[in-house]
Amino acid sequence: MAHALIKGETGEWEIVIGMEVHAQVIANSKLFSGASTQFGAEPNSQVSLVDAAMPGMLPVLNAHVVEQAVRTGLGLNSKINNRSVFARKNYFYADLPQGYQISQFEDPIVGLGKIEIDLPDGTTKEIGITRLHLEQDAGKSMHDQHPSKSFVDLNRSGCALMEIVSEPDIRGPEEAAAYLSKLRMILRYLGTCDGNMDEGSMRADVNVSVRRPGGELGTRAEIKNVNSVKAVQMAIDYEVQRQIEILEDGGKIVQETRLWDPSRNETRSMRGKEDAHDYRYFPDPDLLPLVISNDYIEDIRKTLPELPDEKKHRFMNNFGLSLYDSSVLIAERPRADYYEAVANDRDAKLAANWVINELLGALNKDDKHITQSPITAEQLGGLITLISDNTISGKIAKDVFAEMYSSGKDAATIVDEKGLKQVTDTGAIEAVIDEVIAENPDNVAAYKGGKDKLFGFFVGQTMKKTGGKANPGIVNEILRKKLND
Amino acid sequence: MSDLTHLTIAQALSGLKNKDFTSVELTEAHINAMQDARDLNAFIVETPEKAMEQAKASDARRASGDAGLLEGIPMAIKDLFCTEGVQTTASSKILEGFIPQYESTVTTNMFRDGAVMLGKVGLDEFAMGSSNTTSYFGNIINPWKANDGKDLVPGGSSGGSAAAVAARIAMGATGTDTGGSIRQPAAFCGLAGIKPTYGRCSRWGIIAFASSLDQAGPIARTSEDCAIMLESMAGFDAKDSTSADKPVPKFTESLTGDMKGLRVGIPKEYRMDGTPDEIVKIWDQGIAWAKDAGAEIVDVSLPHTKYALPTYYIIAPAEASSNLSRYDGVRYGLRVDEGGNLNDMYAKTRAEGFGDEVKRRIMIGAYVLSAGYYDAYYIKAQKVRRLILNDFIKAYEQCDVLLTPTAPSSAFAIGENEDDPIKMYLNDVFTVPASLAGVPGMSIPAGLDAKGLPLGLQILGRPWDEATVLKVGHAIEQKAGFNAIPQSLLNKKAA
Repeated sequence: MAHALIKGETGEWEIVIGMEVHAQVIANSKLFSGASTQFGAEPNSQVSLVDAAMPGMLPVLNAHVVEQAVRTGLGLNSKINNRSVFARKNYFYADLPQGYQISQFEDPIVGLGKIEIDLPDGTTKEIGITRLHLEQDAGKSMHDQHPSKSFVDLNRSGCALMEIVSEPDIRGPEEAAAYLSKLRMILRYLGTCDGNMDEGSMRADVNVSVRRPGGELGTRAEIKNVNSVKAVQMAIDYEVQRQIEILEDGGKIVQETRLWDPSRNETRSMRGKEDAHDYRYFPDPDLLPLVISNDYIEDIRKTLPELPDEKKHRFMNNFGLSLYDSSVLIAERPRADYYEAVANDRDAKLAANWVINELLGALNKDDKHITQSPITAEQLGGLITLISDNTISGKIAKDVFAEMYSSGKDAATIVDEKGLKQVTDTGAIEAVIDEVIAENPDNVAAYKGGKDKLFGFFVGQTMKKTGGKANPGIVNEILRKKLND
Repeated sequence: MSDLTHLTIAQALSGLKNKDFTSVELTEAHINAMQDARDLNAFIVETPEKAMEQAKASDARRASGDAGLLEGIPMAIKDLFCTEGVQTTASSKILEGFIPQYESTVTTNMFRDGAVMLGKVGLDEFAMGSSNTTSYFGNIINPWKANDGKDLVPGGSSGGSAAAVAARIAMGATGTDTGGSIRQPAAFCGLAGIKPTYGRCSRWGIIAFASSLDQAGPIARTSEDCAIMLESMAGFDAKDSTSADKPVPKFTESLTGDMKGLRVGIPKEYRMDGTPDEIVKIWDQGIAWAKDAGAEIVDVSLPHTKYALPTYYIIAPAEASSNLSRYDGVRYGLRVDEGGNLNDMYAKTRAEGFGDEVKRRIMIGAYVLSAGYYDAYYIKAQKVRRLILNDFIKAYEQCDVLLTPTAPSSAFAIGENEDDPIKMYLNDVFTVPASLAGVPGMSIPAGLDAKGLPLGLQILGRPWDEATVLKVGHAIEQKAGFNAIPQSLLNKKAA
């Protein structure tokens, strides 16, 4: 897709975006303590002595989290660093018990990589990944519990986050949305982050600047607190307009951190560069450098599932599906798995149509996930088989599908019970057609006089008389023969 | 004051074994001594009831034939070790009233082995100091007096530990050593003390000063007692990522009294200008004793020694500035909250909760880590630290241990050196290099100076070779025959 350029009063502007995504790692315990990470527990019920930063407490790295980070790095086609270092980021806040966050600064666990994003116009684009590092989450300050005091919940304090930083390769709100969606898809495929933005387990900071097309990079603003794909698009739209207006009025963009306010749909200045913290990063002396071997990395690589893009390309190449259909089917791993079970040894394109148009449509209407489908993949496969071997017609199949969806019965049972088997007996069909021709002499004359369009009328009448069960191909063939004689 | 308090740990263990006395008797004698010596201000919290309970339990264990390494021995615990249910303060107002719900690994190990805790002894606030004049709970007084009778510092930061052991209140005490905090007070109080290799003792549950330097170790009256205690205190702990997964040797088995086949290195850089004659003299005497005990003396060089002190005073404060951030008034300890916002609360709490020396080091630490200075100070210091370690590695190609003075003077009067932090920092000049290198070091009592005050000699060893350090300490101790005790105790003993 061509870069979406924004037309201003004084010419065109190009949007430049880089994203920092914080993804909570799926793990039973925290990054440096054994406390549980379950979401939604009573405040301060999942806090170890380490998480509360009691005197003399020391962090111990969670090996499972390291494995998850490496798995994610591999899924982002990134370089895994054999040696990485945990560093302390020092600042004071009530929900940061240690007075520092243990993070990674100069030596992250994952280095350069890239992912492919799918754009609305059917094209793809590569977005560079700068790095992925591990860090502790902070606790949560609650300002609405007491008229004059703030409360602190440390359940989240110390949970493992992956901060995934992109290169400034993103060129507009659609690309940003596509990037975030693809990233979330990959993390979910890998099982390293549940991607639930509404529970805060995935959060995005968006760095936005504008420049003249191809020109020097502009000054950026970092927008925080953007917690849905839609909010990311809205925040970028707002921020781009704001920056262009300032620049076109002869003003300058100040480097600052801005907060997205979803209730007013605007970004607001949080702190300027001059108020930026000096975090005084230094290597955490309580932790040794993290050294991982190539064997360890390769062992994890062997356990990687097929990732969305590989799956997408395989669906296109092996099944002959379109980019669009493939993209829809691979959007979630359970969906892709369902599809593959349906398509197994059957007409793969037909299977794709049924999964996408009928099943996903019906589920969507009921607000159900594929894992809650009343029709199993095997059952839907059964239906496809009946269509492919001409037992029923596509039209009848829709009725059967509706019945399956509501009753949970197998397609074959429904077809048997209701006698919906397609009539392929040419003699029987010919008899019906003869009836139709006999009953409509006027139309036959008109057709023969050149009104070709009337052909459909005869097909319709024939299908009507057979209750839709006549094989449409055979009907066409016999009709054509009789009418053209 | 009774003779029981004058026994060494080794003697007491054999007395307990022979049923000459019980742990209850031994502990009672020490509790009495503790109460008699309150003028020294060594203890922040006395725990006589806990001690008696532990002593009774210990006697029962011993009776059932289940005696541990430190079975029934009354000890003092530096108030930097978190002790479950007993106030732990690091001698700071900011932690006054803080009662941990957990027990440090080192004290857990000692209690497992039967140690009896008399109470928590004071230190320089957050272990920052060489004099014990920075404690919120007041100065600790050295039981040793100079001829002029002035009150002297016990050294620091483990000054309460040293004062308690020297005054025969405790048979041994835990210390921690970041830049000399076990070795210098041991020297000032006529005691033996060892800082093991970094990673030998778990730091879990010890209030952090400078994480890459802090090490726990014992202060006792002899090398043998140190060996017994260290065996109990040391060991791998999965809760401390910097703890080493290495077996703990039977240190007492290395104490043979002879040094045949050992090469003792004498680092020429430790012959510093301005070192008092008496210090040089005791050092030379130590060299002679080592030779006497069968050692070969080798001249070695540690060329980066002169950079050790400035390096230490960048790295230690840098780590401390971050380690002490958790004392913010939010979750435990002092909170000063008279209106205002969160930042005001931080500022007031920390202004009131920390003493001057702690604030000074937090400011130095924050400065050397700040943007624009980090490379020039912190990174440079880390590079020099590596060079200092390399000095030791090279020296140990030529020798097995190093022998040096422990401190550049004997104990000084309370109030001395107070006007000039740099002068105070110079106390650590001989001890800091080994801390930066992470190698083990101990101080043994070697003799008295003209003022009648104890002087110590320092033995430094290879990483993980505390056994040889203790062996050499023991051998020189035998030659030195140091048996002086503070005059005040003699008076009491006589009375």
